[in-house]
Amino acid sequence: MDKPTFERSAGISAPGTEGTGDPPALSAPAVEIRQLNFWYGSFQALFDIDLEIRRGRITSLIGPSGCGKTTLLRSINRIADRLGYVRTTGSIRVLGQNILDPSVEPVQLRKQVGMVFQRPNPLPLSIRDNVLFAHRIHRGKEAVGRSEEDAIVEAALRKVLLWDSVKDRLHQKALGLTLEEQQKLCIARLLPVKPSVILMDEPCSALDPAGTEAVEELMWELRGEYTILIVTHNMAQARRASEETVFMLMGRVVEHGPTQELFLTPRHRATADYIEGRYG
Amino acid sequence: MPPEMDGNSSTYGLEGKGAALRGPEGASRRYGRDWAWWQDKLVASVVFVGGVSAIVFVLGIFAFVTREGLGFILHTMDVREFFGSIAWRPTSLIRPTYGALALIVGTAFVTGLAMVFSVPFSLGAAIFIGEFAKGRVRETLKILVELLAAVPSVVWGFIGMTVMNEFLIRTFGVPVGLNAMNAGLILGLMAAPIMTTIAEDALKAVPDGYREAAEAMGATRWQVVWRVVLPAAKNGLLGAVLLGVGRAFGETMAVLMASGHSIHLPTSPFDSVRALTATIAAELGETAVGSDHYRALFTLGILLFVVTFFINLAADLVVRGVRGGR
Repeated sequence: MDKPTFERSAGISAPGTEGTGDPPALSAPAVEIRQLNFWYGSFQALFDIDLEIRRGRITSLIGPSGCGKTTLLRSINRIADRLGYVRTTGSIRVLGQNILDPSVEPVQLRKQVGMVFQRPNPLPLSIRDNVLFAHRIHRGKEAVGRSEEDAIVEAALRKVLLWDSVKDRLHQKALGLTLEEQQKLCIARLLPVKPSVILMDEPCSALDPAGTEAVEELMWELRGEYTILIVTHNMAQARRASEETVFMLMGRVVEHGPTQELFLTPRHRATADYIEGRYG
Repeated sequence: MPPEMDGNSSTYGLEGKGAALRGPEGASRRYGRDWAWWQDKLVASVVFVGGVSAIVFVLGIFAFVTREGLGFILHTMDVREFFGSIAWRPTSLIRPTYGALALIVGTAFVTGLAMVFSVPFSLGAAIFIGEFAKGRVRETLKILVELLAAVPSVVWGFIGMTVMNEFLIRTFGVPVGLNAMNAGLILGLMAAPIMTTIAEDALKAVPDGYREAAEAMGATRWQVVWRVVLPAAKNGLLGAVLLGVGRAFGETMAVLMASGHSIHLPTSPFDSVRALTATIAAELGETAVGSDHYRALFTLGILLFVVTFFINLAADLVVRGVRGGR
């Protein structure tokens, strides 16, 4: 009944994001991909992808450059559509609805599926306005008081462990923050609209080891409440910061399993060779 | 031509020293000054002259205009009359007066009207071309806008005198179609291409990462433009508007033809007005060189020069502010 819907609608009420609702939904995958093929123009980047991303878990996508992991990630919130010349077949079900269906509005979808990019990309606004950006877009005409907004900002920034360091300069430009703080802010700004899935595209590649560790800790903190799908080039990161791992090669999923299992006892030769660093 | 060139051509300027140091001829040829070196020097100096000439010309024009007008400013001009009176009667035999108020107000009024018409259209066009149009539509529009900038001003004046004149008379039932409204519309059309082009550049300078970030949060295209792109590009857009103001302010021929050219403090957009530029263009040819009238016209020129200089400077600083700030 409170199934989320991504169709055009005036009502922007948060659909079933409490997560603790109906028991069967808990066991259902957060993202279910079936027979997904993806083309950039005439170049096929993904082949027959079948994948289930488990709810509330951190799943990492690994594989050599050009294997399609970023393409796969970017098709889950349909941000890949921006290019204008992409084509897909198959289905991607997010919370039970096929988001490749023509009736699905990317705007509503992206409220449910947030994204963190490779380079921190806060908007050229104040820290406060950055945190409230998505919330303001999605709340429609509903009037929200200043104190309510303050509470939203504080909750989001506390969640990403940024509140204490920025609480006195919320009105300063977000671009003045360090890269680590910017990336945390980019995660914080997703939280007020309560997405169910957060996609991360190499979120630590612009950060130093301390920043990387901080963001990984934060991912661990968000686990359970949010389903996190992270693309990484860093196998050590996949190993220590994810619960499940998907190995991709040449646009196909080769292997998918619990992270420890995949790294210790890979079932495929290609996986073993990759994680041992023989190529890639 | 440098002497080395027509001397021993095989050593290319290193004769004697180079040959002594490097022995065989081949070595000095390899490391000596060859044709490309001279070509480089030649092009550098030609380009240098071109670059410096811009400064020379600007200063030269300013010096000339000042020299001609300064005598009037120092001796004849009554500042209160010049800026406070509308009596521009330079040819009066009894008592010539030089009240430029009506001309200044006329120019400002026409420029203001032009901006009212062209700013919304230009910014709208820039937003459409930069943010919404795709592929062929976008390229075609850009070419058309640039083509609009290439229309000679006398052609615009011609359109003002004929098409716009009749249009205004018929639409608004005014007796005379050559008025501030006419000049404003024509100037607006003339200023629009440069504003559109510069504004589109300003939008293009906004990093695409901002748009992507906002879209990934579920912003619609208009929300992206309104909440992210426009605030980020606001300096560039302001610079574009200022350049448009400068263009409209300094335009002469079209204003002369379309404004009605009557000395008059306008009370409605349908009053005929006279602009500073048009006054100079119309009267300078009929004055005796060195006369008070002649010098008074140069004083108008100084006024124009100073105002356009500051408008352009402001535009430049504002646009530069974008890059400096980030």
